[in-house]
Amino acid sequence: MAIPSKDIPEFHARLKDKVAEARARGQPLLIQGSNSKSFYGRHCEGESVDMTAYRGIINYDPTELVITANAGTSVKELEEVLAREGQMLPFEPPCFSETTTLGGMIATGLSGPRRPYTGSVRDYILGTRCLTGRGEILKFGGEVIKNVAGYDVSRLMTGAMGTLGIILEASLKVLPLPKFELALCKAMTVTEAMYVMGEIARKSLCISGAAYQNGLVRFRLSGKQVAVEKAWKALGLHEDPDGLDYWQGLRNHTLDFFNRENGSNLWRLSVPANTASMEIQGDSLIDWGGAQRWYYSEQPAEDIWQIAESAGGHATLFRGSNNAKEVFQPLSTVMHKLHQQLKQAFDPDRIMNRGRMYPDF
Amino acid sequence: MIEKFLKFLPANSVITAEEALRVYECDALSAYRQIPACVVLPDTVEQIQEILQICHAADVPVVARGAGTGLSGGALPVTDGVVLSLARLTRILEIDPELRIARVEPGVRNLSVSEVAKQYGLFYAPDPSSQVACTIGGNIAENSGGVHCLKYGLTVHNVMALKVVTMEGDLIKLGGEALDSAGLDMLALMTGSEGMLAIVVEATLKLLPLPVHQKIMLAAFDTVEEAGNGVAAIIAAGIIPAGLEMMDNPGIRACEDFVHAGYPREAAAILLCELDGIPEEVEAESQEIADLLRDAGATEVRMARDKAEGERFWAGRKAAFPAVGRIAADYYCMDGTIPRKHIASVLQRIRELSAEYKLGVVNVFHAGDGNLHPLILYDVAVPGELERAEEFGGRILETCVEVGGTITGEHGVGIEKINQMCVQFNSAELTQFHAVKNAFDPKGLLNPGKAVPTLRRCAEYGAMHVHSGKLSFPELERF
Repeated sequence: MAIPSKDIPEFHARLKDKVAEARARGQPLLIQGSNSKSFYGRHCEGESVDMTAYRGIINYDPTELVITANAGTSVKELEEVLAREGQMLPFEPPCFSETTTLGGMIATGLSGPRRPYTGSVRDYILGTRCLTGRGEILKFGGEVIKNVAGYDVSRLMTGAMGTLGIILEASLKVLPLPKFELALCKAMTVTEAMYVMGEIARKSLCISGAAYQNGLVRFRLSGKQVAVEKAWKALGLHEDPDGLDYWQGLRNHTLDFFNRENGSNLWRLSVPANTASMEIQGDSLIDWGGAQRWYYSEQPAEDIWQIAESAGGHATLFRGSNNAKEVFQPLSTVMHKLHQQLKQAFDPDRIMNRGRMYPDF
Repeated sequence: MIEKFLKFLPANSVITAEEALRVYECDALSAYRQIPACVVLPDTVEQIQEILQICHAADVPVVARGAGTGLSGGALPVTDGVVLSLARLTRILEIDPELRIARVEPGVRNLSVSEVAKQYGLFYAPDPSSQVACTIGGNIAENSGGVHCLKYGLTVHNVMALKVVTMEGDLIKLGGEALDSAGLDMLALMTGSEGMLAIVVEATLKLLPLPVHQKIMLAAFDTVEEAGNGVAAIIAAGIIPAGLEMMDNPGIRACEDFVHAGYPREAAAILLCELDGIPEEVEAESQEIADLLRDAGATEVRMARDKAEGERFWAGRKAAFPAVGRIAADYYCMDGTIPRKHIASVLQRIRELSAEYKLGVVNVFHAGDGNLHPLILYDVAVPGELERAEEFGGRILETCVEVGGTITGEHGVGIEKINQMCVQFNSAELTQFHAVKNAFDPKGLLNPGKAVPTLRRCAEYGAMHVHSGKLSFPELERF
């Protein structure tokens, strides 16, 4: 059941009490939405803070291109409401279940195949209301597209894995849904595919997805029909028999590739798009026009981090057999120190999702 | 300390003579002036690190400065402090057409990035009006916008990586050539932090393919309300123009008298709309927009027939500031953002305040993203007018907050809007901002006194009771 709006002040008061109590007892809290990404990040324990009842759209006016909702609202509901007005979340957040929440979407900061072309979650976040580890409910940013008053805490919260505070509400910029979309493909080697993806990225074409898997390069085009058809002609590729479904599968990880038996290590590498083939053994899938690469690999984590770093990127053990250990790329000493100081600024008793991102953090 | 600087900086890189220091006493917000103790002009990152280490050890405040075109006093020096000018770090280090990025030093002028990228068919999207002079370092400090933000975003959306030096002299890289990085998003936090957290010494910027086709159109309206409805109609139809600007009647007249762009002098408001993309798409959308604007009540819709005519449409808008400079001794440029649906009511409120303060006002602004730039006309030679202009400006910003907007869309808080920060944020939020600052600069030496007011200052301003939480009901008409 969603919390009725008249009970929201009481809900806020109870949450604040819970944080105050946790601080007093030194008891970590574990922020939970639908748990659809509970596998992601380091394993951490704490007293559950269930946000799923805190749902509902607070404000949405399509002509403002902004939607504001409570953190427990499902991404599915948001997208349905937006679609009725011909709009969308431009970063295609991956939904690993029907109940994936807005709060979890922001906390993990993950974006789908459209990301290189339209931007990421953090690009579209305009404002947040959050409950910090200091026990205060604070509002940052707002509901307007241009806003430079105060530090950009809302973007800092995006991808912070809940380690700075609990997101209560968020405002996002939205965009019109493309009028027309088309999926294309062609068989080629990975080297050829990387070349083609690089060439196409430099042109002013309406690309909204570029991936490579199993000897097939795939593109998605989005825009007005006339623009899409013109781009299709320029590219000279076949229409993809899998159609747009492939892109949904890539976004939500419902493709067979993402559904191996438990225990396999699935790595996500975020690297410069033109990185040549990488020295990682195992099945792979290339997304984001080369900038995001998925590997199943049992190589030691240290090796993979080393490979990612020398390519100018970073690696995450996205889904693995052992997330009690590190899953995110280790930070340099000076960055580690800054992270700890920022954590201290928001959550001095380290009660918020302690250890979810880095140990003792 | 100056002796320490001179050990590694040439004599012409350390300015201490009062006459020469006067050049640095203010930025483009010239109502605030302060002579610093000294100005240093390093040529290298290593020198910047050394300067900061020395200042850190001696507890001397440091104010970073680019071209000094900022409109909020962000680069106003501090008494007994050092001004760190980045003006000599002007190299474009690399353009990588394959990755579509430019790696530049902080003193590079905004426009020169696009000029150099052009040969590769690329451009750098953020284009603040001062782009001929303003520097990338300053753009990052202020998270600058421009006329194309609605489609291409602000500076924060167009920066891939930064190298920054902390007050302690540590060099850190944030972000990278990949689309995201491990850990917290400090790249976003640094952008728009007004020189309070660290000094930007290198930036990697995202470049975009140059649009192959553009179309500029101009529409005139009898009322500001209808022009506002026209803006909403375009967005509701699922079209995102590259630029969508509005001008009120005093703005139209000032610009027309100055550049003779052919604007309809009697219109209550005009909209300028720029579309870009592939020709077929742009042509279809421009027809659609023309119909939408006529339905919204446009008395006239003109399509630029060629590039020259399009440039003429833009010429008036681009010359708005000098045009206003001709009709008033001085003007004060404000920078609030509001939800678009409140454009008409806020402009009406501004007209009422204009009568109350007996000062003229001209509105020329980014309608597409609701970013207002009221220009308040005053004469500094008339006793009391500057003070009245500032108070009038403060009331406009407070109105923006009341309707659910913000006190600054793209110019930054600096020293100018420091009191209005007390209106937009409550004491707990300001305390959190101070904690963020403290995480990077525990001694509080970087650009002290800017961007985030002390709680004491807010108490003195007497505005603590109207913090945003209590007034954020945009559906209520308050005037």
